[in-house]
Amino acid sequence: MTTANSAGSGPVLRPSSWRGALLLRSEYPDAVPICGGTDIMVDINFGRARPTALLDLTAVEGIDSWELMEDGRTVRIGAGVCFTTIIDELGGLCPALAQAARTVGSPQIRNRGTVAGNLATASPAGDSHPVLLASWAAVEVESVRGSRMIGIDDFFVGPKRSALAPDELIRAVRVPAATGPQQFAKVGPRNAMVIATTSFALNLDAAGRRAGTGIGSAGPTPLRARAAEQMLTEALAGRWDAAGSVGASAADEFGALVAEAASPIDDVRGSAAYRRHALSVLGRRCLTWALADLEGAAAA
Amino acid sequence: MRVNVTVNGVAHSVDHVWPLESLLDFLRERVGLRGTKNACEQGECGSCSVYVDDVLVCSCLVAAGQVEGRSVVTVEGLAPGDGLHPVQQAFLDAGAVQCGFCTPGMVVAAHCLLAEDPAPDDLTVREELSGNLCRCTGYQKILDAVNLAAERAEAATSPGDGR
Repeated sequence: MTTANSAGSGPVLRPSSWRGALLLRSEYPDAVPICGGTDIMVDINFGRARPTALLDLTAVEGIDSWELMEDGRTVRIGAGVCFTTIIDELGGLCPALAQAARTVGSPQIRNRGTVAGNLATASPAGDSHPVLLASWAAVEVESVRGSRMIGIDDFFVGPKRSALAPDELIRAVRVPAATGPQQFAKVGPRNAMVIATTSFALNLDAAGRRAGTGIGSAGPTPLRARAAEQMLTEALAGRWDAAGSVGASAADEFGALVAEAASPIDDVRGSAAYRRHALSVLGRRCLTWALADLEGAAAA
Repeated sequence: MRVNVTVNGVAHSVDHVWPLESLLDFLRERVGLRGTKNACEQGECGSCSVYVDDVLVCSCLVAAGQVEGRSVVTVEGLAPGDGLHPVQQAFLDAGAVQCGFCTPGMVVAAHCLLAEDPAPDDLTVREELSGNLCRCTGYQKILDAVNLAAERAEAATSPGDGR
Protein backbone atom coordinates (compact mmCIF):
# COMPACT_ATOMS: atom_id res chain seq x y z
CA MET A 1 0.00 0.00 0.00
CA THR A 2 1.22 3.50 -0.81
CA THR A 3 0.16 6.33 1.42
CA ALA A 4 0.28 9.80 -0.07
CA ASN A 5 0.97 12.68 2.24
CA SER A 6 -1.52 15.50 2.19
CA ALA A 7 1.04 18.07 3.40
CA GLY A 8 3.25 17.38 0.41
CA SER A 9 6.48 16.78 2.32
CA GLY A 10 6.65 13.19 1.14
CA PRO A 11 5.01 9.87 1.56
CA VAL A 12 5.61 6.78 3.61
CA LEU A 13 5.80 4.00 1.05
CA ARG A 14 4.59 0.67 2.43
CA PRO A 15 5.01 -2.21 0.01
CA SER A 16 3.58 -5.55 1.09
CA SER A 17 5.69 -7.63 -1.31
CA TRP A 18 9.42 -7.77 -2.04
CA ARG A 19 8.76 -7.10 -5.73
CA GLY A 20 6.75 -4.04 -4.73
CA ALA A 21 9.61 -2.86 -2.54
CA LEU A 22 12.07 -3.12 -5.44
CA LEU A 23 9.75 -1.20 -7.76
CA LEU A 24 9.32 1.60 -5.23
CA ARG A 25 13.06 1.66 -4.54
CA SER A 26 13.61 2.21 -8.26
CA GLU A 27 10.81 4.75 -8.62
CA TYR A 28 11.77 6.75 -5.52
CA PRO A 29 15.57 6.62 -5.27
CA ASP A 30 15.56 9.36 -2.62
CA ALA A 31 13.24 7.43 -0.31
CA VAL A 32 15.16 6.12 2.69
CA PRO A 33 14.52 2.45 3.48
CA ILE A 34 13.40 1.90 7.07
CA CYS A 35 12.89 -1.34 8.93
CA GLY A 36 13.73 -1.31 12.65
CA GLY A 37 14.37 2.44 12.43
CA THR A 38 16.98 2.38 15.18
CA ASP A 39 19.47 4.35 13.06
CA ILE A 40 17.40 6.48 10.70
CA MET A 41 14.83 7.62 13.27
CA VAL A 42 17.61 9.05 15.45
CA ASP A 43 18.81 11.13 12.50
CA ILE A 44 15.24 12.26 11.79
CA ASN A 45 14.47 13.07 15.44
CA PHE A 46 17.61 15.19 15.69
CA GLY A 47 16.99 16.96 12.38
CA ARG A 48 20.09 15.49 10.76
CA ALA A 49 18.03 13.74 8.09
CA ARG A 50 14.95 14.99 6.26
CA PRO A 51 14.31 12.29 3.69
CA THR A 52 11.68 13.18 1.09
CA ALA A 53 10.09 9.79 1.73
CA LEU A 54 10.43 6.64 3.79
CA LEU A 55 10.33 3.18 2.25
CA ASP A 56 8.95 1.09 5.11
CA LEU A 57 9.94 -2.57 4.76
CA THR A 58 8.17 -3.85 7.89
CA ALA A 59 5.03 -4.85 5.95
CA VAL A 60 6.95 -6.84 3.31
CA GLU A 61 5.97 -10.51 3.42
CA GLY A 62 8.65 -13.11 3.97
CA ILE A 63 11.74 -11.08 4.86
CA ASP A 64 11.51 -11.56 8.63
CA SER A 65 12.55 -15.22 8.65
CA TRP A 66 15.81 -17.17 8.27
CA GLU A 67 16.54 -20.55 6.73
CA LEU A 68 19.31 -23.10 6.47
CA MET A 69 19.94 -23.26 2.73
CA GLU A 70 19.93 -26.46 0.67
CA ASP A 71 23.70 -26.83 0.96
CA GLY A 72 23.12 -27.45 4.68
CA ARG A 73 25.95 -25.05 5.50
CA THR A 74 24.68 -21.54 4.84
CA VAL A 75 22.26 -19.62 7.03
CA ARG A 76 20.24 -17.12 5.02
CA ILE A 77 19.00 -14.38 7.31
CA GLY A 78 16.18 -12.25 5.88
CA ALA A 79 16.52 -8.48 5.93
CA GLY A 80 13.75 -8.10 8.50
CA VAL A 81 15.10 -10.57 11.08
CA CYS A 82 15.68 -8.68 14.33
CA PHE A 83 18.54 -9.24 16.76
CA THR A 84 16.21 -10.81 19.33
CA THR A 85 15.37 -13.57 16.84
CA ILE A 86 19.08 -14.13 16.16
CA ILE A 87 19.71 -14.52 19.89
CA ASP A 88 16.72 -16.82 20.39
CA GLU A 89 17.16 -19.01 17.31
CA LEU A 90 20.69 -18.83 15.88
CA GLY A 91 22.90 -19.39 18.93
CA GLY A 92 23.73 -22.88 17.65
CA LEU A 93 24.31 -22.23 13.95
CA CYS A 94 25.90 -18.79 14.24
CA PRO A 95 27.18 -18.51 17.82
CA ALA A 96 29.33 -15.40 17.37
CA LEU A 97 26.56 -13.56 15.57
CA ALA A 98 24.25 -14.38 18.49
CA GLN A 99 26.95 -13.19 20.91
CA ALA A 100 27.24 -9.91 19.01
CA ALA A 101 23.45 -9.58 18.88
CA ARG A 102 23.31 -9.86 22.68
CA THR A 103 25.52 -6.77 22.94
CA VAL A 104 23.30 -4.63 20.72
CA GLY A 105 21.60 -1.77 22.58
CA SER A 106 18.83 -3.00 24.86
CA PRO A 107 15.87 -5.39 24.59
CA GLN A 108 13.83 -2.64 22.92
CA ILE A 109 16.56 -2.01 20.32
CA ARG A 110 17.19 -5.72 19.71
CA ASN A 111 13.45 -6.20 19.10
CA ARG A 112 13.68 -3.79 16.15
CA GLY A 113 17.25 -3.63 14.85
CA THR A 114 18.41 -5.98 12.09
CA VAL A 115 21.68 -7.26 10.65
CA ALA A 116 20.62 -5.89 7.25
CA GLY A 117 20.08 -2.48 8.83
CA ASN A 118 23.50 -2.70 10.45
CA LEU A 119 24.93 -3.36 6.98
CA ALA A 120 22.94 -0.62 5.25
CA THR A 121 24.17 1.94 7.79
CA ALA A 122 27.68 0.51 7.33
CA SER A 123 29.03 2.15 10.46
CA PRO A 124 32.50 0.91 11.44
CA ALA A 125 30.91 0.29 14.87
CA GLY A 126 28.06 -1.95 13.68
CA ASP A 127 28.02 -4.89 16.10
CA SER A 128 27.32 -7.50 13.40
CA HIS A 129 30.19 -6.55 11.14
CA PRO A 130 33.21 -8.19 12.82
CA VAL A 131 31.34 -11.50 12.91
CA LEU A 132 30.23 -11.22 9.28
CA LEU A 133 33.86 -10.63 8.29
CA ALA A 134 35.16 -13.50 10.42
CA SER A 135 32.51 -15.81 8.93
CA TRP A 136 33.11 -14.78 5.29
CA ALA A 137 29.46 -13.81 4.95
CA ALA A 138 27.88 -12.49 1.76
CA VAL A 139 25.22 -9.85 1.30
CA GLU A 140 22.35 -10.69 -1.03
CA VAL A 141 21.18 -7.47 -2.68
CA GLU A 142 18.52 -6.94 -5.29
CA SER A 143 17.05 -4.25 -7.53
CA VAL A 144 14.64 -4.26 -10.46
CA ARG A 145 17.77 -4.91 -12.56
CA GLY A 146 18.38 -8.23 -10.82
CA SER A 147 20.10 -9.65 -7.79
CA ARG A 148 23.76 -10.08 -6.89
CA MET A 149 25.91 -11.28 -4.04
CA ILE A 150 28.43 -8.91 -2.48
CA GLY A 151 31.19 -10.63 -0.54
CA ILE A 152 31.56 -9.06 2.88
CA ASP A 153 35.14 -7.98 2.07
CA ASP A 154 33.78 -5.85 -0.79
CA PHE A 155 30.77 -4.47 1.06
CA PHE A 156 32.23 -1.74 3.27
CA VAL A 157 33.83 1.00 1.15
CA GLY A 158 34.18 3.82 3.69
CA PRO A 159 32.77 5.27 6.91
CA LYS A 160 29.01 4.69 6.64
CA ARG A 161 29.43 3.88 2.95
CA SER A 162 28.72 0.53 1.36
CA ALA A 163 28.78 -1.05 -2.09
CA LEU A 164 24.97 -0.93 -2.21
CA ALA A 165 23.74 0.84 -5.38
CA PRO A 166 21.08 3.56 -5.04
CA ASP A 167 18.34 1.34 -6.43
CA GLU A 168 19.28 -1.76 -4.46
CA LEU A 169 17.88 -3.22 -1.26
CA ILE A 170 19.46 -5.82 0.99
CA ARG A 171 17.31 -8.95 0.71
CA ALA A 172 19.26 -11.20 3.07
CA VAL A 173 22.63 -11.93 4.62
CA ARG A 174 24.22 -15.32 3.99
CA VAL A 175 26.32 -16.51 6.89
CA PRO A 176 28.17 -19.84 6.74
CA ALA A 177 27.16 -21.89 9.79
CA ALA A 178 29.92 -22.36 12.36
CA THR A 179 32.06 -25.47 11.94
CA GLY A 180 34.22 -24.76 14.99
CA PRO A 181 34.47 -22.39 17.93
CA GLN A 182 33.56 -18.74 17.45
CA GLN A 183 33.96 -15.80 19.81
CA PHE A 184 32.93 -12.15 19.88
CA ALA A 185 34.08 -9.53 22.36
CA LYS A 186 33.31 -5.85 22.67
CA VAL A 187 34.64 -3.05 24.84
CA GLY A 188 32.50 -0.13 26.01
CA PRO A 189 31.73 1.91 29.12
CA ARG A 190 28.89 -0.33 30.29
CA ASN A 191 27.32 -3.68 29.52
CA ALA A 192 24.25 -2.35 27.70
CA MET A 193 23.36 0.50 25.37
CA VAL A 194 26.90 0.81 24.15
CA ILE A 195 28.36 1.74 20.80
CA ALA A 196 31.56 -0.30 20.69
CA THR A 197 34.78 1.45 21.63
CA THR A 198 36.24 -1.47 19.76
CA SER A 199 35.19 -5.05 19.09
CA PHE A 200 36.59 -8.27 17.71
CA ALA A 201 35.30 -11.56 16.31
CA LEU A 202 37.12 -14.84 15.78
CA ASN A 203 35.90 -17.83 13.78
CA LEU A 204 37.81 -21.11 13.83
CA ASP A 205 36.56 -22.75 10.65
CA ALA A 206 37.37 -26.36 11.46
CA ALA A 207 35.89 -27.62 8.18
CA GLY A 208 37.96 -25.22 6.10
CA ARG A 209 41.00 -25.47 8.39
CA ARG A 210 41.30 -21.70 8.54
CA ALA A 211 40.81 -18.82 10.96
CA GLY A 212 38.62 -15.78 10.26
CA THR A 213 38.69 -12.43 12.05
CA GLY A 214 36.85 -9.13 12.14
CA ILE A 215 37.58 -5.83 13.89
CA GLY A 216 34.97 -3.19 14.71
CA SER A 217 35.27 0.51 15.61
CA ALA A 218 38.97 0.74 14.90
CA GLY A 219 39.18 2.03 11.35
CA PRO A 220 37.17 3.79 8.64
CA THR A 221 35.41 0.48 7.97
CA PRO A 222 35.18 -2.82 9.80
CA LEU A 223 38.49 -4.59 9.15
CA ARG A 224 39.91 -8.05 8.69
CA ALA A 225 43.17 -8.88 10.50
CA ARG A 226 44.77 -10.79 7.64
CA ALA A 227 48.20 -11.36 9.16
CA ALA A 228 46.60 -12.63 12.36
CA GLU A 229 44.41 -15.02 10.36
CA GLN A 230 47.43 -16.33 8.47
CA MET A 231 49.51 -16.75 11.61
CA LEU A 232 46.72 -18.64 13.37
CA THR A 233 45.84 -20.81 10.37
CA GLU A 234 49.51 -21.86 10.20
CA ALA A 235 49.76 -22.38 13.96
CA LEU A 236 46.70 -24.63 13.86
CA ALA A 237 47.83 -26.65 10.83
CA GLY A 238 47.87 -30.32 11.87
CA ARG A 239 46.68 -29.40 15.37
CA TRP A 240 42.94 -28.93 14.94
CA ASP A 241 42.44 -32.02 17.13
CA ALA A 242 45.17 -31.04 19.59
CA ALA A 243 44.58 -27.35 20.15
CA GLY A 244 46.16 -27.51 23.59
CA SER A 245 49.57 -27.61 21.92
CA VAL A 246 49.03 -24.10 20.53
CA GLY A 247 50.67 -22.23 23.39
CA ALA A 248 49.98 -19.00 25.21
CA SER A 249 52.75 -17.28 23.26
CA ALA A 250 50.73 -17.89 20.10
CA ALA A 251 47.77 -16.12 21.71
CA ASP A 252 49.98 -13.14 22.57
CA GLU A 253 51.36 -13.00 19.03
CA PHE A 254 47.84 -13.30 17.62
CA GLY A 255 46.62 -10.40 19.80
CA ALA A 256 49.53 -8.23 18.69
CA LEU A 257 48.77 -8.94 15.03
CA VAL A 258 45.10 -8.09 15.55
CA ALA A 259 46.10 -4.75 17.08
CA GLU A 260 48.49 -4.09 14.17
CA ALA A 261 45.71 -4.63 11.66
CA ALA A 262 43.62 -1.84 13.18
CA SER A 263 43.66 1.73 11.97
CA PRO A 264 41.96 3.55 14.83
CA ILE A 265 41.45 7.24 15.54
CA ASP A 266 41.02 9.28 18.73
CA ASP A 267 37.36 10.14 19.25
CA VAL A 268 34.76 10.58 21.98
CA ARG A 269 34.57 6.85 22.66
CA GLY A 270 38.29 6.23 23.09
CA SER A 271 41.81 7.02 21.97
CA ALA A 272 43.58 5.24 19.13
CA ALA A 273 46.18 3.95 21.58
CA TYR A 274 43.51 2.55 23.89
CA ARG A 275 41.74 0.87 21.00
CA ARG A 276 44.94 -0.79 19.81
CA HIS A 277 45.70 -2.02 23.30
CA ALA A 278 42.15 -3.27 23.82
CA LEU A 279 42.28 -5.14 20.51
CA SER A 280 45.46 -6.94 21.50
CA VAL A 281 43.68 -8.07 24.67
CA LEU A 282 40.43 -9.00 22.90
CA GLY A 283 42.36 -10.93 20.24
CA ARG A 284 44.32 -12.87 22.83
CA ARG A 285 41.24 -13.47 24.94
CA CYS A 286 39.02 -14.64 22.08
CA LEU A 287 41.73 -17.02 20.87
CA THR A 288 42.29 -18.41 24.37
CA TRP A 289 38.55 -19.06 24.74
CA ALA A 290 38.25 -20.55 21.25
CA LEU A 291 41.22 -22.88 21.76
CA ALA A 292 39.70 -24.10 25.01
CA ASP A 293 36.44 -24.74 23.13
CA LEU A 294 38.34 -26.58 20.42
CA GLU A 295 40.19 -28.70 22.94
CA GLY A 296 36.95 -29.44 24.77
CA ALA A 297 35.32 -30.51 21.50
CA ALA A 298 38.27 -32.80 20.69
CA ALA A 299 38.12 -34.38 24.16
CA ALA A 300 34.36 -34.94 24.02
CA MET B 1 -1.04 11.31 5.58
CA ARG B 2 -3.53 9.18 7.44
CA VAL B 3 -2.58 6.52 9.97
CA ASN B 4 -5.01 3.81 11.05
CA VAL B 5 -3.94 2.10 14.25
CA THR B 6 -5.41 0.45 17.32
CA VAL B 7 -4.17 2.00 20.55
CA ASN B 8 -5.06 0.31 23.84
CA GLY B 9 -7.84 -1.55 22.08
CA VAL B 10 -9.38 1.55 20.50
CA ALA B 11 -9.27 2.07 16.73
CA HIS B 12 -7.88 5.44 15.67
CA SER B 13 -7.83 6.98 12.21
CA VAL B 14 -5.68 10.09 12.33
CA ASP B 15 -5.21 12.56 9.45
CA HIS B 16 -2.44 15.05 8.74
CA VAL B 17 0.30 12.94 10.29
CA TRP B 18 3.77 14.18 9.32
CA PRO B 19 5.44 11.36 7.35
CA LEU B 20 8.63 11.55 9.42
CA GLU B 21 6.76 11.73 12.74
CA SER B 22 7.74 9.22 15.41
CA LEU B 23 5.21 6.93 17.04
CA LEU B 24 6.12 8.71 20.29
CA ASP B 25 4.99 12.12 19.00
CA PHE B 26 1.98 10.50 17.35
CA LEU B 27 0.85 8.97 20.66
CA ARG B 28 1.43 12.13 22.68
CA GLU B 29 0.32 14.83 20.28
CA ARG B 30 -2.27 13.16 18.01
CA VAL B 31 -3.82 10.52 20.27
CA GLY B 32 -3.37 12.56 23.46
CA LEU B 33 -1.76 9.82 25.53
CA ARG B 34 0.97 11.59 27.48
CA GLY B 35 2.01 8.70 29.71
CA THR B 36 4.62 7.70 27.17
CA LYS B 37 7.49 10.08 27.88
CA ASN B 38 9.75 11.92 25.47
CA ALA B 39 13.26 12.10 26.87
CA CYS B 40 16.18 11.16 24.63
CA GLU B 41 14.63 10.57 21.19
CA GLN B 42 17.47 8.20 20.34
CA GLY B 43 16.48 4.91 21.93
CA GLU B 44 18.95 5.30 24.79
CA CYS B 45 16.61 5.72 27.75
CA GLY B 46 13.44 3.62 27.31
CA SER B 47 11.12 6.36 28.66
CA CYS B 48 8.97 5.96 25.55
CA SER B 49 8.64 2.15 25.77
CA VAL B 50 5.38 0.77 24.36
CA TYR B 51 4.21 -2.46 22.80
CA VAL B 52 3.71 -2.70 19.04
CA ASP B 53 1.91 -5.97 18.23
CA ASP B 54 3.02 -7.30 21.65
CA VAL B 55 6.70 -6.46 21.06
CA LEU B 56 8.45 -4.02 23.41
CA VAL B 57 9.92 -1.09 21.46
CA CYS B 58 11.10 2.48 21.89
CA SER B 59 8.30 4.48 20.30
CA CYS B 60 10.75 7.28 19.42
CA LEU B 61 12.45 4.91 16.95
CA VAL B 62 9.27 3.79 15.17
CA ALA B 63 7.84 5.98 12.41
CA ALA B 64 4.14 6.61 12.91
CA GLY B 65 3.48 5.36 9.39
CA GLN B 66 5.01 2.02 10.29
CA VAL B 67 2.19 1.14 12.72
CA GLU B 68 -0.50 1.36 10.04
CA GLY B 69 -2.92 -1.49 10.79
CA ARG B 70 -1.05 -2.57 13.91
CA SER B 71 -1.92 -2.65 17.60
CA VAL B 72 -0.13 -0.43 20.11
CA VAL B 73 -0.38 -0.71 23.90
CA THR B 74 0.89 2.13 26.07
CA VAL B 75 1.27 2.44 29.83
CA GLU B 76 -2.32 3.75 29.94
CA GLY B 77 -3.52 0.46 28.47
CA LEU B 78 -1.88 -2.02 30.84
CA ALA B 79 -4.85 -2.11 33.22
CA PRO B 80 -8.52 -1.73 32.31
CA GLY B 81 -10.30 1.48 33.23
CA ASP B 82 -8.79 3.62 35.96
CA GLY B 83 -7.39 0.66 37.87
CA LEU B 84 -3.72 -0.12 38.31
CA HIS B 85 -1.95 -3.13 36.90
CA PRO B 86 -0.21 -5.18 39.64
CA VAL B 87 3.15 -4.00 38.25
CA GLN B 88 2.04 -0.38 38.66
CA GLN B 89 0.79 -1.12 42.19
CA ALA B 90 4.12 -2.73 43.04
CA PHE B 91 6.01 0.37 41.85
CA LEU B 92 3.83 2.49 44.16
CA ASP B 93 4.16 0.15 47.14
CA ALA B 94 7.93 -0.28 46.76
CA GLY B 95 8.48 3.47 46.46
CA ALA B 96 10.05 2.92 43.08
CA VAL B 97 9.03 6.37 41.87
CA GLN B 98 11.19 9.41 42.46
CA CYS B 99 10.72 12.14 39.86
CA GLY B 100 8.51 9.70 37.97
CA PHE B 101 9.71 10.50 34.48
CA CYS B 102 11.18 7.08 33.72
CA THR B 103 8.34 5.29 35.52
CA PRO B 104 5.91 4.72 32.62
CA GLY B 105 8.63 3.25 30.41
CA MET B 106 10.04 1.29 33.33
CA VAL B 107 6.56 -0.09 34.12
CA VAL B 108 5.95 -1.15 30.51
CA ALA B 109 9.39 -2.82 30.32
CA ALA B 110 8.83 -4.56 33.68
CA HIS B 111 5.37 -5.67 32.52
CA CYS B 112 7.00 -7.21 29.41
CA LEU B 113 9.73 -8.86 31.47
CA LEU B 114 7.27 -10.46 33.91
CA ALA B 115 4.99 -11.61 31.09
CA GLU B 116 7.92 -13.54 29.62
CA ASP B 117 9.56 -14.62 32.87
CA PRO B 118 7.23 -14.55 35.92
CA ALA B 119 10.06 -15.31 38.38
CA PRO B 120 13.16 -13.59 37.02
CA ASP B 121 16.46 -13.67 38.89
CA ASP B 122 18.27 -10.45 39.67
CA LEU B 123 20.59 -10.62 36.65
CA THR B 124 17.63 -11.18 34.32
CA VAL B 125 15.82 -8.15 35.73
CA ARG B 126 18.92 -5.99 35.30
CA GLU B 127 19.43 -7.23 31.74
CA GLU B 128 15.81 -6.84 30.70
CA LEU B 129 15.58 -3.33 32.15
CA SER B 130 18.99 -2.30 30.79
CA GLY B 131 17.37 -0.13 28.14
CA ASN B 132 15.52 1.99 30.71
CA LEU B 133 17.39 4.79 32.45
CA CYS B 134 16.34 6.29 35.78
CA ARG B 135 17.91 9.71 35.91
CA CYS B 136 17.31 9.83 39.68
CA THR B 137 19.35 6.59 39.85
CA GLY B 138 16.67 4.99 42.00
CA TYR B 139 17.38 1.56 40.65
CA GLN B 140 17.30 -0.47 43.85
CA LYS B 141 13.66 0.38 44.54
CA ILE B 142 12.83 -0.37 40.93
CA LEU B 143 14.40 -3.82 41.30
CA ASP B 144 12.44 -4.19 44.56
CA ALA B 145 9.22 -3.31 42.74
CA VAL B 146 9.79 -5.93 40.05
CA ASN B 147 10.52 -8.55 42.71
CA LEU B 148 7.43 -7.50 44.66
CA ALA B 149 5.24 -7.81 41.58
CA ALA B 150 6.71 -11.22 40.84
CA GLU B 151 6.24 -12.41 44.44
CA ARG B 152 2.63 -11.23 44.55
CA ALA B 153 1.84 -12.93 41.24
CA GLU B 154 3.43 -16.13 42.51
CA ALA B 155 1.55 -15.96 45.83
CA ALA B 156 -1.72 -15.36 43.99
CA THR B 157 -1.31 -18.49 41.90
CA SER B 158 0.35 -20.75 44.49
CA PRO B 159 -2.00 -23.51 45.75
CA GLY B 160 -0.06 -23.70 49.04
CA ASP B 161 -0.72 -20.06 49.86
CA GLY B 162 -1.82 -19.51 53.49
CA ARG B 163 -1.31 -23.04 54.68
